Amino acid sequence: MAVTQLVGSKIHRREDPRLITGHGHYVDDFTRQGTAFAAFVRSPYAHARVKSIDITDASKAPGVVGVYTARDFKGLLAGTHPAAPAFVAEKKYVPERFPIAEKEVTYQGEIVAAVLAENKSQAADAANMIQVDYEDLPAVMDLEKALEKGSPKAHLDGPDNVCWDFTYTGPEITEAAFKEADVVVTQRVLQNRLAPVPMEPRGVIADYEGFDQKLTIWMSSQNPHFIRLFVSGALGLKESQVRVISPDVGGGFGSKISPYPEDYLVPALSKISERPVKWTETRSESIQNATHGRGQFYDCEVAAKKDGTLLGMRVVQYVDVGAYHGTFGAFQPVACLMAGGAYKWKGISARTIGVLTNRVPTDPYRGAGRPEATHLVERMVDLVALELKMDPVEIRRKNFIQPKDFPFTQNFGLVVDSGDYEKALDKALDLVGYKDLVKKQAELRKQGRYMGIGFSTWIELCGFGPSAATAPATGGIALVESAQVRVTPTGSVIVYTGTHSHGQGHETTFPQIVADQLGVPYESVELRHGDTAEGTAFGYGTYGSRSLAVGGVAISRATGKVIDKGKKLAAHMLEAAEEDVVFEHGSFHVKGSPDKAKAFGEVAFASYGMNLPEGMEQGLEAVAYFDPPNLVWPFGTHIAVVEIDAETGSPLLTKYVAVDDCGNIINPMIVDGQIHGGIVQAIAQALYEEVVYDDETGQLRTGTMIDYMLPSANEIPPILLDKTITPSPTNELGVKGIGEAGTIAASAAVINAICDALSPLGIKHVDMPATPDKLWKMMKEAGK
Amino acid sequence: MKLKVATTVNGRRHEHEVEPRLLLVHYLRDNLGLTGTHIGCDTSQCGACTILVDGKAVKSCTMFAVQAEGRSLQTIEGMAKDGELHPIQQAFWDEHGLQCGYCTPGFIMAAAYLLEQNANPTEDEIRKGLEGNLCRCTGYVNIVKAVQTAAKTMSATPAKKATVTAGGN
Repeated sequence: MAVTQLVGSKIHRREDPRLITGHGHYVDDFTRQGTAFAAFVRSPYAHARVKSIDITDASKAPGVVGVYTARDFKGLLAGTHPAAPAFVAEKKYVPERFPIAEKEVTYQGEIVAAVLAENKSQAADAANMIQVDYEDLPAVMDLEKALEKGSPKAHLDGPDNVCWDFTYTGPEITEAAFKEADVVVTQRVLQNRLAPVPMEPRGVIADYEGFDQKLTIWMSSQNPHFIRLFVSGALGLKESQVRVISPDVGGGFGSKISPYPEDYLVPALSKISERPVKWTETRSESIQNATHGRGQFYDCEVAAKKDGTLLGMRVVQYVDVGAYHGTFGAFQPVACLMAGGAYKWKGISARTIGVLTNRVPTDPYRGAGRPEATHLVERMVDLVALELKMDPVEIRRKNFIQPKDFPFTQNFGLVVDSGDYEKALDKALDLVGYKDLVKKQAELRKQGRYMGIGFSTWIELCGFGPSAATAPATGGIALVESAQVRVTPTGSVIVYTGTHSHGQGHETTFPQIVADQLGVPYESVELRHGDTAEGTAFGYGTYGSRSLAVGGVAISRATGKVIDKGKKLAAHMLEAAEEDVVFEHGSFHVKGSPDKAKAFGEVAFASYGMNLPEGMEQGLEAVAYFDPPNLVWPFGTHIAVVEIDAETGSPLLTKYVAVDDCGNIINPMIVDGQIHGGIVQAIAQALYEEVVYDDETGQLRTGTMIDYMLPSANEIPPILLDKTITPSPTNELGVKGIGEAGTIAASAAVINAICDALSPLGIKHVDMPATPDKLWKMMKEAGK
Repeated sequence: MKLKVATTVNGRRHEHEVEPRLLLVHYLRDNLGLTGTHIGCDTSQCGACTILVDGKAVKSCTMFAVQAEGRSLQTIEGMAKDGELHPIQQAFWDEHGLQCGYCTPGFIMAAAYLLEQNANPTEDEIRKGLEGNLCRCTGYVNIVKAVQTAAKTMSATPAKKATVTAGGN
């Protein structure tokens, strides 16, 4: 191992000096000379016919450069919004989507016109002067009604509202399990629709230079290479003509993966106007138009034996697709494949139905499918425990996949690479002081107080990810990851990754890996990302907790290739056979003769000289693509403690502990930060957040931060963390992902705690968000 | 119609003619190029645009630029002095109090005012004191820790505290 031992160390982030002093560069911080500012006119109706658009007044407004409707983009933009097949092989109906609506609008916020003006205010003023004549149409809002015969359709031209209906495994696979059962528990479990709300809304600046036919786009994206692919295709440009730069990005959480209408329209407007064009999303636009997450419900049955042995599960997932198929929207059915959680089952049947509605499309949101799976299985297991009057801890222990079982092929054929679920559970029980809590709960119950303890023994699949699984899912491109490591003549190391950092700290952690491997000072290694004009031919972006487990390994392999070349050159310089040269602590030396050595820097300099072995080219750099052989499988136990105010129904989280296992850790400080944030995002889903539309009209009722309740520091309890470390056998770094773990785990722990607290009232299940008014009503009703 | 506005921002005097409807946050970002003050919402919920106006924490989207006439403003760009980070900035760095960094300037400015009002706040007081600012990345755990650390540093070195109370003058 290298002497520096950076891997595993708390290294303070390199990103921070610019960010804490106000010198970060987010998209809205740039303006090109001669920029025209864009504003969009959006449909106020969930579903309507566009009868006419009058742009007369707007065109004459002060500062207006131009007003544009769908017709103006017809010759400029080709194709439809990309929709990856993802985990659903069979699609029924994927509506065509043009970035700007012409005859029909299908969700509130869909763009019908664009304005360019000399400044932002003039653009907004002129947008308000455009008169659109709409004919209101019935909005499809309820998933079950939408599936009934004769239901109004979300798209007038559609055959019905079924986007997909796919059965992974039929109910027959669970027949034996249900026959054997002593108890069967049935529950519908809702997943509230959520707005991702990264603190930085989206933004796009496009500059099309006509003489060179070169388009540069600055945008707030998790995924710049994919954006280049999609936008170049739509505009009829070669990928080489388009450069996408995603600079500092203020959070994404999945909402900045897929392309959006504005990502096509702003470049097209630059082409039309022959000026740089800038658009910055407002928060209200963001909540209304950025993709939402979750928005599902599950009908689930679980069969078990009297002794708590879990036997079978039947799941039907209903997904609110929204008005169009999100680019990666069909990843949400991964929830079905993960519905078995950390347990052994004889059989699981699963069917997913994607329903088109007149809401904004859903797409991956932190965890995408895996939080839903955890929430479902952890809720169902608790319901079985309640039915059998078993301790929720014991039922989990009894059914866990055991360490000796790994690699474990689960019910859907996925191979869980590693785990030790009981170890994490035991550590969490100690950390929370479970025995004392149980005593305390008994005392409080005697006093008529409602205190509950909730568990989530979660598992996750992440690190997308294997080519065999992902190439069919994306429609052709395998989600692997690329890296390039370049060493300059004076020994500076520049590392390029195809992942993108928007808070994850890659500029810090990836150089930790490289500096250790090369045995060079940390300061001499720099990471670059987010610019399609730099580094490898293609990058795959950051989502699905893949950056380290796929991108980090690619970086490590590219570094390995640099060392290999260095070794050949060092052998030549030392006049030794290559196989006799070893590389240790940043130096190449002859085996058994540590004095006969060349430092890495010397070899780097020599690689640009003339005295090279025969056939060797100058330079010291390498590219690597890593195609992981499997996904990686983090796990852990979260425990929430809650007390519900008997008078007001208000749930107060009094304690939260989490023991997580993400394999080997590069930077523990960053890992903890990811877990903290993830947990709070799921607490927010459990207690506060929900995108609400009017059931009849499809009007968004939670369109600002006033109505969409993001928790502040004051709503959040202190969070206590610990870890177990089970290295992943899937990659040589032994790492797994950690970006989504907290979000995948926490909602189940919180809701299970609430259900436990209310169990003396006979309340078995509470759906999210568990708001005080909802709980108060349930408690009143139960007390009758 | 444009109106004149003269302010002192981070110790420098500025004078501009602006539209009366121009929000202070846009004035800072677009007219003065001080883009460290961020915009995260349009309803004054998120606090990303928090600055100090005559030493008090203000969400700069709640004021028109012309209302800043004659006031002394301090933004995130004015916190580090002579190449040395302000103790609150240092504490955010040390405690990993930021991830994407977008909300961070607002939190640092809000924390500066909080610690000016209460040099030794309890954890609860910090959480309540920062409830006007939203963060989506950190779960607030390390933000709270950073403010605690900053409070300790600033109590130990009162001279550092003075740079906050100066309010940019």
